[in-house]
Amino acid sequence: MSPKQLQSAAIAIALVALLTLPVWMGNGYYVNVASQILLFAIFALALNVLVGYGGLVSLGHAGLFAIAGYAGALMLDAGYGHFAAIVIAIIVTLASSAVFAVLALRTTGISFLMITLALGQIVWGIAYRWASLTNGDNGVNVTTRPTPFGISLAGAEAFYYATLIIFLIAVVTMAILVRSPFGAALRGTRDQERRMNALGYNVWLIRFLSFLFSGFWTGISGLLFIYYNQFISPQVSALTSSAEALLMVISGGTATLLGPIFGSIIVVIMKNVVSAYIERWNLVLGVIFVAIISFMPEGLVPGSVRLWRMGWQALRTRWNGSAVRQPEDGSR
Amino acid sequence: MSLWLTLAVNSIALGGLLFLLSSGFSLIFGLMRIPNLLHGSFFMLGAYFGVTILSQNVNFWVAALASGVGIAIIGGLIERFLLRRLEGQVLPQVLLTLGFAFIISDVCLMIWTGDPWQPATPDHLRGALQIAGLFFPLYRLVIVAVAVVIAIALWLMVDWTRLGAMIRAGVDDAPIARVVGIKVSMLFTLIFALGAGLAGFAGVLGAPYLSVYPGLDFEMLPLALIVVLLGGTGSLLGALVGSFLIGFLYNFGQAMFPDLAYVILFLPMLIVLVVRPQGLFGRAIS
Repeated sequence: MSPKQLQSAAIAIALVALLTLPVWMGNGYYVNVASQILLFAIFALALNVLVGYGGLVSLGHAGLFAIAGYAGALMLDAGYGHFAAIVIAIIVTLASSAVFAVLALRTTGISFLMITLALGQIVWGIAYRWASLTNGDNGVNVTTRPTPFGISLAGAEAFYYATLIIFLIAVVTMAILVRSPFGAALRGTRDQERRMNALGYNVWLIRFLSFLFSGFWTGISGLLFIYYNQFISPQVSALTSSAEALLMVISGGTATLLGPIFGSIIVVIMKNVVSAYIERWNLVLGVIFVAIISFMPEGLVPGSVRLWRMGWQALRTRWNGSAVRQPEDGSR
Repeated sequence: MSLWLTLAVNSIALGGLLFLLSSGFSLIFGLMRIPNLLHGSFFMLGAYFGVTILSQNVNFWVAALASGVGIAIIGGLIERFLLRRLEGQVLPQVLLTLGFAFIISDVCLMIWTGDPWQPATPDHLRGALQIAGLFFPLYRLVIVAVAVVIAIALWLMVDWTRLGAMIRAGVDDAPIARVVGIKVSMLFTLIFALGAGLAGFAGVLGAPYLSVYPGLDFEMLPLALIVVLLGGTGSLLGALVGSFLIGFLYNFGQAMFPDLAYVILFLPMLIVLVVRPQGLFGRAIS
């Protein structure tokens, strides 16, 4: 089979696996974990548009995630219907993304990162301290899930399928964006800002639109989150959440479509497992960051492949003994 | 003393603390362009060190200096052995410092528990000074005095000494500075250690006033950040002005709009970003 066919086959297998997941998973708990992975994968994919393809590292995306969540939750809390809450939440998130983008895109690189960090902290400050609006540390409850076309999403399975459909739409739109001329232009602004400018591209506008696109999907994942969790608290907007999302993007490998998805699988499973045994998720998160940077700067997936290859090669050299001593490096 | 005067004195004292915190951040982030997300953690860790040393009945200033030096050593080691290998790579530097920030916050939670620690104001700093018929708490004044002394010392060092000239040369054009025989790497380690040490020192100095508690690190980091972005990256004068501005805004905001106090802090930064992206006293980046 050619690589192209192989790829199609892999995608088909993954699709079938995803579609039948509740059947072979059985247990509702694991189906819920799968929903969690999918909704965070949307978040990671959205962030990756900026981090991977745009070269703009945002540490404030948890702020946008939380804005969507809070807007939806507060609308529902005020007695509005699901449709109104979702539409308003998306509008609010897009408007906030535009504000974030206008402020942060005054600069790039390290200053961009610092400004998004500050903006994220503002959202945290509002969520945590403006108690009369956001109910402060007590958070906001979301009592019901929506019933699109009369289908109840209350069960784990139904919610999983709803999340899956949205996830697939997100992946397809991302794939289209990445392969479109706009996606190429975005990568161009990442690699050669000046040349893109000279070629007549409006670098700022390209980045701005990408930020809005990223903000839109971040908002969608934020809404999925409140419907999944049925509760939102300031913790969602904390720097830790932005860092987790960044970890998902980076651990899988940036500027790929599959990377953030794998990243969210790794991070969500790890978080669920670690939290079940110890209370030290922050410590584990920190150690992972330091370890990734020290041992696999290219990301967990490519990095593991490299380390595996190195280990394999070392083993082979030992087995073959002194007869065929391979050169230590340069063979690849 | 009237409420407004109390607020003003507190604002100036907080401004002094913020300057000690953000001057180091200005050197590291503004001058060396390292996104040091550990800076709040240095502050908190320094404060915890200080609290522990103080509980052994050690003199307040000795404790503050000792934990400042301790944090400087930790900062220097992190720069020398980890950050150095990532020179010029923003994303890995961010992840590394962020990773350490999470580790430090969790380890502190383990060692010093979740309860806040507030050392008593040292005896010789209690009481008040009478100026023009008004009483000013001595401890607050001393914080400001220390900040001003350090501000002058830093300014003299960066702008008027040979060391400062070498630092500026290393920042402006590292390869050429190396060619003429300046040990840029060592200088950078030194600055990083100095910045970290100042944050640790500020942590102890502020402990009787702010107290130390989990989460202090990520509360102080954005403050250092807005001070530096507001004042202009790399500008000590900017850090000084920004610190006092934020000090006032924090205390008066807290008194007048308690719900929004934290958000108000960011307003001047946002306005400055729109009107003058390089900050109040920053050099325009061409």
